[in-house]
Amino acid sequence: MRDREGESLFVRNVRFFDPAEGVSGFGNVLIRDGRVESLGNVSPSGGVREVDGEGGLLFPGFVDLHAHFREPGFEYKETIASGSHAAVAGGFTAVCVMANTDPVNDTADVTRAILERARDVGRARVFPIGAVTRGLGGEHLTEMGRLSEAGCIAFSDDGKPVATSRMLRRALEYSRLFARPVIDHCEDPELSNRGVMNEGSVSSELGLSGIPNASEEVCVARDLSVLEASGGRLHVAHLSTAGAVRMVREAKRRNLPVTAETCPHYFSLTDEAVRCHGTHAKMNPPLRREEDRLAVIEGLKDGTIDVIATDHAPHASHEKEQEFDRAPFGIIGLETAFSVSLELVREGHLTLAELVYRLSARPAAIFGLPVGRLVPGGLADLVLVDLSGEWKAGSRGYFSKSRNSPYTGSVMKGKILRTIVGGRLVYDSEGEGCG
Amino acid sequence: MINKILATGAPPFGPHLLSVSGLSPEVLTGILDTAESFLEVGHQTVKKVPVLRGKTLVNLFYESSTRTRSSFEIAAKRLSADVINVSPTQSSVTKGESLLDTVRTIEALGADGLVIRHPSSGAPAFVADRLRCHVINGGDGCHQHPTQALLDLFTIRKRMGRIEGLKVAIVGDILHSRVARSNIMTLSRMGAHVRLVAPPTLIPPGIRTWPVEVYHRLDEGIRECDVVMALRLQLERAAGGYIPSVSEYARLYGINADVLDRLAPGALVLHPGPVNRGVEISGEEGFDDRSAILSQVEFGVSVRMAVLYLLMGGGSEEAFPDKGGKE
Repeated sequence: MRDREGESLFVRNVRFFDPAEGVSGFGNVLIRDGRVESLGNVSPSGGVREVDGEGGLLFPGFVDLHAHFREPGFEYKETIASGSHAAVAGGFTAVCVMANTDPVNDTADVTRAILERARDVGRARVFPIGAVTRGLGGEHLTEMGRLSEAGCIAFSDDGKPVATSRMLRRALEYSRLFARPVIDHCEDPELSNRGVMNEGSVSSELGLSGIPNASEEVCVARDLSVLEASGGRLHVAHLSTAGAVRMVREAKRRNLPVTAETCPHYFSLTDEAVRCHGTHAKMNPPLRREEDRLAVIEGLKDGTIDVIATDHAPHASHEKEQEFDRAPFGIIGLETAFSVSLELVREGHLTLAELVYRLSARPAAIFGLPVGRLVPGGLADLVLVDLSGEWKAGSRGYFSKSRNSPYTGSVMKGKILRTIVGGRLVYDSEGEGCG
Repeated sequence: MINKILATGAPPFGPHLLSVSGLSPEVLTGILDTAESFLEVGHQTVKKVPVLRGKTLVNLFYESSTRTRSSFEIAAKRLSADVINVSPTQSSVTKGESLLDTVRTIEALGADGLVIRHPSSGAPAFVADRLRCHVINGGDGCHQHPTQALLDLFTIRKRMGRIEGLKVAIVGDILHSRVARSNIMTLSRMGAHVRLVAPPTLIPPGIRTWPVEVYHRLDEGIRECDVVMALRLQLERAAGGYIPSVSEYARLYGINADVLDRLAPGALVLHPGPVNRGVEISGEEGFDDRSAILSQVEFGVSVRMAVLYLLMGGGSEEAFPDKGGKE
């Protein structure tokens, strides 16, 4: 991707922390032309704008491997502008956007249009994910070469799984040419059978048709078997079940080239949330049972699950304000992901270092993105956080165009104070309210 | 009991009837007792009492229904309410209007109560959260059918004299049955022992937490039961792969006179209707007085009168029918 012209900035009085690089200390940070020049006992440089970090924690900006910005085609749900704004308000400086737009991101023209729009907006860095198959139809591979050259950093038919084992095999083999991963949304549609929430005692009581754990696990098993034969790199999207975590763990033990993500809702909520949050607790994969939630946390602890992604999936209120089975799947997540994830640290499941790693350096490394590090010479994509700062989700609205979140009204810790991309202050919690 | 309810001036539950899950044994008994008082209205020459005069009830049925819709309509009319029936085929629903817009429009037209039947589980609760008028669940998806469970409870109490301690077998497609879900709650709450009898494909997942015993074989499941409740089998279940064929289902789970002989003496057969003759039930003519299916329909009107009155009546005592010292 072509870098935006970087800016210069002097950030005073912060505690900077990048666990992946072993960077930790108090002081100031000098950014010149979009890159970190020096950290620590640094003096301001003449003519460079200064901001006061007020003693907050400065991390590498978060990197989201899984978001839906809905542009082109569904601008009433989200746009690249509103999605980028939501991202930086949540501390995300880089966002990988899924291909299920209209038109689908299956040609270089669409990829270039997305990148151009993101540059005009100039908040978060946007990295497009190209479709695996044309029109997400599951039948013809996209021109991955052209898409890669245009800026696609991975391939996925997300929203649905790569339709057949054969197509997945070809995609994994062919994508090796460009050393880009294939991301799969693991689901067996036959087992899901138009289910709308997790299958279990809650779905039975509510009379809603269920999506069994096996739906995800059958597909993970398929993908891992195919991967073993085909080579290439597989990234499993949004792990949600204990069985899927177990299979990925075992595959990693055998050194298969697989990585995995989960989302904050899978380790913070269970299917019980459907009772009170209704369609704002409807996503795919669905919220699972408590034992699955705990297994996902275990997976994050032992590294089976590499990263926390958001699966930010905005939908308009008229779409979510419907009968449960008619409403679309998905919730927004960019603005709450860090605070929800911070609970894992507060409950002692992860260290702060592990959390930051799984939100920045690790996702950047998986997709080979030049971001996610706070080191001299690195891109100055940074986030300033007040860990003990409390805020109420959604109380000032959301920067996202949509409001479909089960966390609205929750009081959370971990306030994003400022976000910097390429040395430019792109979000300041003091400076702006939500739209 | 009724005097107690009327004296408080407030219905014992509500403002809506969306599920039976929150109804205590006392409230359930109160509803049945109220229904008992209304039963005689159906036997008067002028089958009308003025307790809901000036109130408007809207029946909004997104699924076809004869007995439930007519039962609510007759119940409301016997209480002197005005009743409007709205069914989606003849309304703006076919023009793509959302459920929320439809019910808000109905409320704006001045409805005091809304009976809603909808194929989506949770739809009545969804609209109740967004309306001020009373909402009564007339059956939603595979979730709840509260008035059916209440009328079943009423029928059992009326015919058996009690509910507590009875063994009740619910036979059939439990997985998709709102009738079963509501009945399991009300019957177990009133002290009955509930058994479910169905092939493993039609038992809901995660059922371990329910207060029921699960049987897969009919003969074992109904042995010495006091009540057998056969559920309607949607004939498309065979196409969905839940059962191999309707005829195999009928052979394994159909209730006939031979099967009845394995029940406790004086046992009762219930069915929420409409019956697939020869599938869930065959040879009903040989059941003698053990079939309560038509009683269910008759009692359904009184039970729905009780529900409407308790929710919408506002407890105006003098308007209540003279109880004639029957209690």
